Amino acid sequence: MKGFDLMAVLLNPEFSRMLVHGVKMTFIIFIGSWLLAMSLGIILLAVRMLPSRIASGFVAIYVSYHRNVPTLVQLMLWYFGISSLLPDSLQMWLGDHSGEAVFAVVALGLCQAAYFSEDQRSGLRAVPRGQWEAARALGHSYVGAMAYILLPQAIRNAMPALVNHTVSLFKNSSLAMAIGVAELTHAVKEFENQSFRPFETYLIATIVYLVCSLLLMWLGHNLEQRSRMAGVV
Amino acid sequence: MSVLPSMIEIVRDNWLLLLVGQYPNGPLGGIAATLILSVLGIALAFPLSVVMALASLSPWRALRWPVMAMVYVTRGVPLLLIILWVYFVLPLLIGRSVPAFATMLVTLVGYEAAFLSEIVRAGIQALPTGQMDAARALGHSRLGAMRYVILPQALFNMIPSILSQFVSTIKETTLGYIINVPELTFAAGQINNRLLTKPFEVYFILAISYFVVCWTLTQAINMVERRITMRRTRDLAVSALTAIPASASGG
Repeated sequence: MKGFDLMAVLLNPEFSRMLVHGVKMTFIIFIGSWLLAMSLGIILLAVRMLPSRIASGFVAIYVSYHRNVPTLVQLMLWYFGISSLLPDSLQMWLGDHSGEAVFAVVALGLCQAAYFSEDQRSGLRAVPRGQWEAARALGHSYVGAMAYILLPQAIRNAMPALVNHTVSLFKNSSLAMAIGVAELTHAVKEFENQSFRPFETYLIATIVYLVCSLLLMWLGHNLEQRSRMAGVV
Repeated sequence: MSVLPSMIEIVRDNWLLLLVGQYPNGPLGGIAATLILSVLGIALAFPLSVVMALASLSPWRALRWPVMAMVYVTRGVPLLLIILWVYFVLPLLIGRSVPAFATMLVTLVGYEAAFLSEIVRAGIQALPTGQMDAARALGHSRLGAMRYVILPQALFNMIPSILSQFVSTIKETTLGYIINVPELTFAAGQINNRLLTKPFEVYFILAISYFVVCWTLTQAINMVERRITMRRTRDLAVSALTAIPASASGG
C-alpha cells in the first residue's frame, strides 16, 4: 500500500483520460435512460387510463415486473439474454457500436419508466375529481382537460417522488459497469487495478457522484418550489 | 418455441444450486444466502437506525451532524461504490481478509441503517407533538418518553415502510455479484458459464425467481399496511367518539 497522495492520481494523464470518459459515459447513460423512462412513463400512464381492462392489466404487469426484479438482473437479462435472441447481423452491429451502452440505456430506461409512471399516477390521483368535472363542464375536451388542467397539477404533486427517482436513476447508472460499460465506477475500479491506489481513486469518484447527486436534489427542490402555486399547500 | 422446455430442464438440473448454492460441499449460496443476507442486513441495521434517528433529532449538533452527513452520502453515492469502499477498507481496518459475504453484510447494514433512520425519523415526527408534551407532563424524562410513549407508536406505524425496505434490500443483495458473494445472481452466473448457450433462459429464470420472492412479500406488506390503516382509523374513531360527551358537556 502506497502513502495517500491525491495529486499523484489527479495529475496522472491516464487517470484523467479515464475519469473524463467515465463521467461522460455516466451522463450519457443517465440522460439517455432518463429521457426514455420519462416518455415511456407518460405513455404507460396514458395506456393505464384507457377504459380497456386488458390495457391497464398489461401496464400493471409491466410495472410489477420492473419493480420486483432487481435492476442488475434486468440489465443482465438484456445484455446476456435478450441480446442473444437478436438476429446475428444486429448482434454484430451492436458489438461494433458499443452495444453494452445501448443495452444499459434500454434496461435502465424501461425499469425507471415503471417508477416514473407510478409517481405520475399517484400525482394524478391526488388531484381532486372536481377539477376534472369542472374542466369538462367548461367545455374542455378529454385531451384538453388532461393537458391544461389535470396534468400540470399531477406533475406538481408528483415532483418530490420524480426528483427522488431521478437521483436514484443517476446512482443506478453505476450498475452498467456490471455489463462492461466504461462509466465512472468502472473507470475508477480499472484505474485502481493498475495503480493500487484505492483510496485516492474511490475518493474522487465518491466526490463526483456526491456533488452530482446533491446538485440534482437541489435542482429538483428548486423546481418544486417554483412550480408551487400561491395559496396551495 | 423451445424456450420453455429448456428453461424447465435448466431448473430441473440446477434447482439445488439456485436454492442453496454449493452448500454441503461449499459456501451457502442461492436464494437461501440472498434471504439470510437481507434478513441479517435489516435486523442489524434496524437498532442502528433507531439510534441514528434519535441522534438526528437530538438538540446537540455533535450528534446531529455525523448522522446527517452519513444520510447524505448514502443518498448521493451508488451502493456499488460503497461496496467497493468496504471491500478495500474493511480488511485494512481489522487487519485480515474478510469473506465477500461479510463485506456485503457490513455494507448493507450501513447503507440500510441510513435509509431506515430517515424512515424512523419521519415516523417520530409524524406523531402529534401532544404525545411528547403529555408524556413530559406525566413526569417522563425525554428519553423515557421516547422509550415508552413515542417509539412504540412510531415504530408500529412504520412497519410497512420497514418491510418495503426489506424488499429493496433483497434486490440490493444482487450487487454482491460484483465482489463474488455467493448468492442467487452468482448462482445464475455459474449456471450460465457452464451452459454457455442458453443465456436468455438462465437469466429469465433468475428474473422470475426474484419476482416471485419480492412480489409475494410486496403483497403481504400491502395486507399488513391495510390492517394497520384500519386499526389507526378505528383508534381515531374511538377517540373521537369518547371525546364527544366531554365537548358536548363543555359547550
